[in-house]
Amino acid sequence: MYHKTRKALSGVAMAACMTALAAATPTVAEAKTELTMYYPIAVGGPLTKVIDGMVGDFMKANPDIDVKAIYAGNYNDARIKALAALKSGSPAQLSVMFSIDIYELIEQDAIVAFDDIVKTADEKAWLKSFYPSLMENGVTAGKTWGIPFQRSTIVMYYNKDAFKAAGLDPEKAPATWDDLVSAGKKLTKADGSQWGVMIPSTGYPYWMFGALAMQNGQVLMNGAGNTTYFDAKPTVEALNFWKDLGAKHKVMPEGAIEWGTLRKNFLEGKTAIMWHSTGNLTAVKKEAKFDFGVAMLPANKRRGTPTGGGNFYIFKKTSPAERTAAMKLIKFMTSPERSADWSIETGYMGVSPASYDTPKLKEYVKGFPYAAVARDQLQYATAELSTFQTGRVRKALDDAIQATLTGAKSPADALKEAQTTADGLLKQYR
Amino acid sequence: MSAGTGRKGRTFTEILEIAGAWLLAILWISPLLYAFWAAFHASADSTHFDLTAPLTLDNFRAALAQAPFLRYGLNTFILVTMLLAAQLMLCTLAAYAFARYRFAGSEIAFALVLVQLMITPEILIVENYGTLAKLGLVDTITGIGLPYMASAFGIFLLRQAFKSTPKELEDAARLEGCGMFGILLRVYVPLAKPTYLAYGLVSISHHWNNFLWPLVITNSVETRPLTVGLGVFGAPESGVDWSIVSAATLLSVAPLLIAFLLFQRQFVQSFMHAGIK
Amino acid sequence: MRRNPDMMRHVHGWLLLMPAAILLIAFTHYPTVRTVIDSLFSKGSAIRPSKFVGLGNYQTMFDDPIFWKVFVNNLWFALGTIPASIVLAIVMALLVNRAIPGRSVVRMAYFTPTILPMIAVANIWLFFYSPDIGLIDQITAMFGLPGHNWLGDPATVLPAIIVMTVWKEAGFFMIFYLAALQNVPPELREAAALEGASRWYFFRRVLFPLLMPTTLFVLINAVLNSFKLVDHLFVLTKGGPDNASNLLLYYIFESAFSYFDATYAATLTVVLLALLAVMALAQFFLLDKKVHYR
Repeated sequence: MYHKTRKALSGVAMAACMTALAAATPTVAEAKTELTMYYPIAVGGPLTKVIDGMVGDFMKANPDIDVKAIYAGNYNDARIKALAALKSGSPAQLSVMFSIDIYELIEQDAIVAFDDIVKTADEKAWLKSFYPSLMENGVTAGKTWGIPFQRSTIVMYYNKDAFKAAGLDPEKAPATWDDLVSAGKKLTKADGSQWGVMIPSTGYPYWMFGALAMQNGQVLMNGAGNTTYFDAKPTVEALNFWKDLGAKHKVMPEGAIEWGTLRKNFLEGKTAIMWHSTGNLTAVKKEAKFDFGVAMLPANKRRGTPTGGGNFYIFKKTSPAERTAAMKLIKFMTSPERSADWSIETGYMGVSPASYDTPKLKEYVKGFPYAAVARDQLQYATAELSTFQTGRVRKALDDAIQATLTGAKSPADALKEAQTTADGLLKQYR
Repeated sequence: MSAGTGRKGRTFTEILEIAGAWLLAILWISPLLYAFWAAFHASADSTHFDLTAPLTLDNFRAALAQAPFLRYGLNTFILVTMLLAAQLMLCTLAAYAFARYRFAGSEIAFALVLVQLMITPEILIVENYGTLAKLGLVDTITGIGLPYMASAFGIFLLRQAFKSTPKELEDAARLEGCGMFGILLRVYVPLAKPTYLAYGLVSISHHWNNFLWPLVITNSVETRPLTVGLGVFGAPESGVDWSIVSAATLLSVAPLLIAFLLFQRQFVQSFMHAGIK
Repeated sequence: MRRNPDMMRHVHGWLLLMPAAILLIAFTHYPTVRTVIDSLFSKGSAIRPSKFVGLGNYQTMFDDPIFWKVFVNNLWFALGTIPASIVLAIVMALLVNRAIPGRSVVRMAYFTPTILPMIAVANIWLFFYSPDIGLIDQITAMFGLPGHNWLGDPATVLPAIIVMTVWKEAGFFMIFYLAALQNVPPELREAAALEGASRWYFFRRVLFPLLMPTTLFVLINAVLNSFKLVDHLFVLTKGGPDNASNLLLYYIFESAFSYFDATYAATLTVVLLALLAVMALAQFFLLDKKVHYR
């Protein structure tokens, strides 16, 4: 009997130990994968709450993944923060950053290509489920590095009441450069209280310029990110046109037009037409005291607009478990339903054709057709300016644009200088 | 010869002067008045000055919804308090050394300390950022404060104050059996109270309003101070909403502004005291 | 146990100084040396490591038109803000020193900008300077003058920023002058009045020289601020248009954090340090004189 009791006791002791051990150490099977992500907000609104909501839903559906989403400021801030975090002790695993940061991130060896993470045929198909023009900024060297999340294009907002007052058909927005000039002339009032059109030249002038160049049939850089075409003839013509709007046709104020206050200028009736991001759509809809319209940008040789906005990137300094978890999160955040929600809240576009097929977005577009303008313009869209040493190259172009518009240099000279600077920076990558 | 100060009438020049002073004052306060106007009126009314336009608190609600200004305020408060405490300790010790001890190399050391008056941590922003990254203090409130904890200005002021303390008091304390720290805490520190107050207020307002270094060092909401919060608040892609930005601005400056209005006298006296070198 | 009091003096002195010294060395002296060393290396990245290039970065800097623009801008900025804010500060101090009605309100009005962070100041002034809808243009419109793009015109952007900076700084300097004025014995003024001296004469010959030490102190602060103050650029112009408002410290920030070129930033910082060193030496020199005539 002693023997049996001993065995029983040791059995119980063993069981007790095992339970204690199991309780004390977190079991491997239940270990949570922790993800930290940075994201920027580039449009107004209580969007941190929306992101928190989406992330919360994800965590509910995936109890084994813990996500900390950190609001980092604007695109510049988000990139700086995410890269700084990588170098410090508490890195992020994924982030939303500017779509054009791609070459910088590759050069810093900071990100990993999605092609290296996707395994199943399903997942590979998922990579192809987004709008191709939105993917242009995320693809290089044959691999996909960024997945679209908050994307936009430039659209043309116009004041229908002002059109009517000037004797123009409010349902027909200018469709060509010539239309723009002639409409602008009718809309510009002699006393300066209303201008025909405003295209902003601070903030992101190269973005606006990308549209003009594309409309003249010219892209600004190649797909490998190591060559720019700043001084190509069509590029110079495009800058000339921009300058002439103010200097020759007098339908736009001369000098630099401030990005930050443009929407306010439009809402106050200081300009009848403004070129701005679709990201403004919700705000304009809410605040406009007049009847307004949204249209695609006018064509010259063809229609054109750059895409804009932020992509999801996964960082290289991640474990395989983290990468899988990160991809799950990205798939969730860019899924058609979430993308539809995000689009309605922010004015950004849905990132996949499937998102526009969701009942929610279909409904929204039916009630507010302007929400579809950016999507419809996608067929004419091109990648945003992005190269290696992208900050400096962009600045060279920005400076050239501002120098031209303020009359300091001629378009040809300014762009030639910008091209020389860009060549100097990019030669080592060719 | 100018007339006496206004007893009966004032001379024309005096009236002109008073008017000038007032005009300048109105001019000077108008930007802040504008911020108040825009913050309490809807966006549509913010650029017109229609006195009958309705007041609203919506902008404050919107600003608070868009960014956690209360958290930013807490961060700033913690930062400023911790920094001041550290500065008071470190600068007192260093000033005591310079004022009271003639030790080898003190002249050179003092000159090197004074270098920080000109070469403040922001100037060396890139290197200092690197140092903090190595220490693992990026994105911490301690990290924001660390480069400023040894303040050349503080050391300078306190040394001045300690130097003017009469030696007899120290001798008396020593007779009573006080050691090095006893003398410091019993004699020097209490007598330098005005200097401490002055320095404290200068330090608080300077670091409450510091922007560039905290911008670089902080990443997340839990560490970001008010100035950086306000700086990243602007929404570049869609543009500025005057009313909300003004509301956000007021939220950021409110604590210090209220403290200033309540303790105006002390603030002014402090800065004056700090300037008399 | 006998202690050598002399030895203890040195030991104690250094021990007391140690905590502060460590931090000062870590965040002022060491980084300065590091910056100079870093400026001799090329920009590194993960796929292209950094290498020693001697004065190569300095050559690039001298060839960089943006550097020269930034350098000149900073000098203009200093030239624009320093005299103006000092003169205004003296005027304000004189005004507030007299017993005018509402003195403390006026003094508060002058001093309030100091309490505001530059970033808040910039947000407010962004509205003032907005073309057409901004306050300044609204006022000029009342006089029938056309609106102007203050921040978008390279010719007016730097002056616009200077005006805003003077607005912020003058009140701060005023306080120091006030302190000095209150230390002026009233007998001096009475004596001057008895001798029939005009107020302007009194100011020029008596007050201003007495305010020299304060002016020196304020000058040092003003010079330092003119290089340190770049917060407003983040909100107002980001250095544009076409670098018309770009300043040295902002360019350093951009180089390091937007272009990831830490070594070029170090090179630029060396220039900034040199400028500040020159100013510091000037201060040391002049302050020495001040000590003498006191």
